[in-house]
Amino acid sequence: MGTVIAVAFLILAISVWITNNAILPYNVYLITPTSSLQPPSFTHFLGTDDLGRDLFSRILAAAPIDAEVALSVVGSAVVFGLVLGSLAGYVGGLVEEVIMRVTDVFLAFPGLVLALAIASALGPSIFNSILALTPVWWPSYTRLARGEALTVKSRQFVEASRASGQTTRHIIFKHIIPNILPVLLVYATLDIGNVILVFSVLSFIGLGAQPPAPEWGLLTSQGQQYLVSAPWYPIAPAVAILIVAMGFSLLGDGLRDVLDPRVRGLFS
Amino acid sequence: MGFLTFVVKRFLMLIPILIGVTFITYVISRVTVPNVARAWAGPRASAGQLAALTARYHLDAPIYLQYFYYVRGLLTGDWGISPTTGRPVLYDLAIFFPATVELAVAAIIITIIIGIPTGIVAALHQNGKLDHSIRFIYLAGFCSPPFFVGLAMLLIFGYYFNVFPTQGELSTSLTPPLKITGMYVVDSLLSHNWVDLRDSLWHIVLPATALALTYFGIVTRIMRSSMLEVFQRDFIRAAFAKGLSRNAVVYKHAVRNAMIPTATVLGLLLGALLSGTIVIEAIFIWPGIGYYAVQSIESLDFPSVMGITILFTISVILANLLADILYAVIDPRITV
Repeated sequence: MGTVIAVAFLILAISVWITNNAILPYNVYLITPTSSLQPPSFTHFLGTDDLGRDLFSRILAAAPIDAEVALSVVGSAVVFGLVLGSLAGYVGGLVEEVIMRVTDVFLAFPGLVLALAIASALGPSIFNSILALTPVWWPSYTRLARGEALTVKSRQFVEASRASGQTTRHIIFKHIIPNILPVLLVYATLDIGNVILVFSVLSFIGLGAQPPAPEWGLLTSQGQQYLVSAPWYPIAPAVAILIVAMGFSLLGDGLRDVLDPRVRGLFS
Repeated sequence: MGFLTFVVKRFLMLIPILIGVTFITYVISRVTVPNVARAWAGPRASAGQLAALTARYHLDAPIYLQYFYYVRGLLTGDWGISPTTGRPVLYDLAIFFPATVELAVAAIIITIIIGIPTGIVAALHQNGKLDHSIRFIYLAGFCSPPFFVGLAMLLIFGYYFNVFPTQGELSTSLTPPLKITGMYVVDSLLSHNWVDLRDSLWHIVLPATALALTYFGIVTRIMRSSMLEVFQRDFIRAAFAKGLSRNAVVYKHAVRNAMIPTATVLGLLLGALLSGTIVIEAIFIWPGIGYYAVQSIESLDFPSVMGITILFTISVILANLLADILYAVIDPRITV
């Protein structure tokens, strides 16, 4: 079931993005004060917000934004992790020590706190959120990649390659990286939900997406003052986050069971 | 190795981490910011104030030198002056910190109360319906943004059922207890102020439970897996062979041994809880560091935000250290 939700989310994100919001039932940005704070009905599936905008459309419109942020962060983390992790794992020695100590330092920060600090230094925006979130994720991927690289390093074809005089750079790029990439990609998939979670908290606090952009965390914080008078307004986007995050988490659990149990402990 | 050697060694390992952490916070607070002087002086500072600030924080010094001034400031308690309150950041943090400690401790207690029994039950019904249901519930908690559980609980128990108060630490009609620790529950207890004690307890229930429901999965999961691991061990079979009843074996032997690894997640739990308090305190208007953080972000009070970052990070690092030491106390084998 997790796969269904995750795939549905990505398809939704891509379709909304490609059609530039055109497939959504209502205009996401149009302010119509006459229909503000309407409860859910047949015309507005999830009601309207305080400016009369259809909440259902706004929630759907947030999908491409969250997908963009999640994929960028996770993508950069994988790239960093691949390069640094394989370097640390294969080359070893001082290089490995330095890289691993730096990773330890970054991992000492609670994730949200680090993202908060960077985001408030850079200023609130979606792009700055991506810059703020990436340092939170790359250390875990570096560690994972290093572990995998150590395993691949001891395999026979790597030894053969080294014996035949290949350069370290060749071995890393042609042998190590292609073999550790699948594991990293699996974890990247399941991390998409986690990034969306943290990004939504950033937006909730005011450091991520800015109005009038639709983003689930931002919508919840905007709706917070109407919690009693119009509970659908803050609750619906929060539930959306929950559904997507759970989808990716269940997907990740399934994938992890398929994987080598050796790495199961790392991300649980 | 000896217990004392172990503790000393763990403390020494902290030092490079702390250096690294201060270096990163330094880079964030002095290097990545587009306009450093303005960020530290606040958006409404005049040119004269900017100049004075530049001199005070040595912002015109070369970058490597600035780092030493920065660390010296951290160690001497000069964490900057907040442009919104005009007070030293450390002073403001000290005012707000007790409330967060109180909330975090309450949340940890509730998390343990929920997490350990559910972990035991899940292990006993491994792969059964109860196991899957429990997993679904804690996964739902863990995957929900912290504001979801908070808002839902606020709506249901604060407004619809009107059982619990919806904000703050104490009803506004009451006077706060004598300030000993700054934590209302503890202070009321220590000063025998029963009215305040009852009221502050009533106030802490909702935010602490919201936090606990979001993160209890961390405890449930490890309790469950360590129970399952303990079941495999020889002494369990020996206990059954001795003729002990199933209940006795489970509750007297298995649970006790299974709880040992649970100490290892205390650091992880605290890290997650502190991140969650930022949101929960904002929702419940709980006057702690999280609330202070959200206010600081809104008013572009950058020195406060950096102070909070350092405080939270050091708290988590110390919590991890304490968890390691606690684990060594419970299970001396790891110090060998």
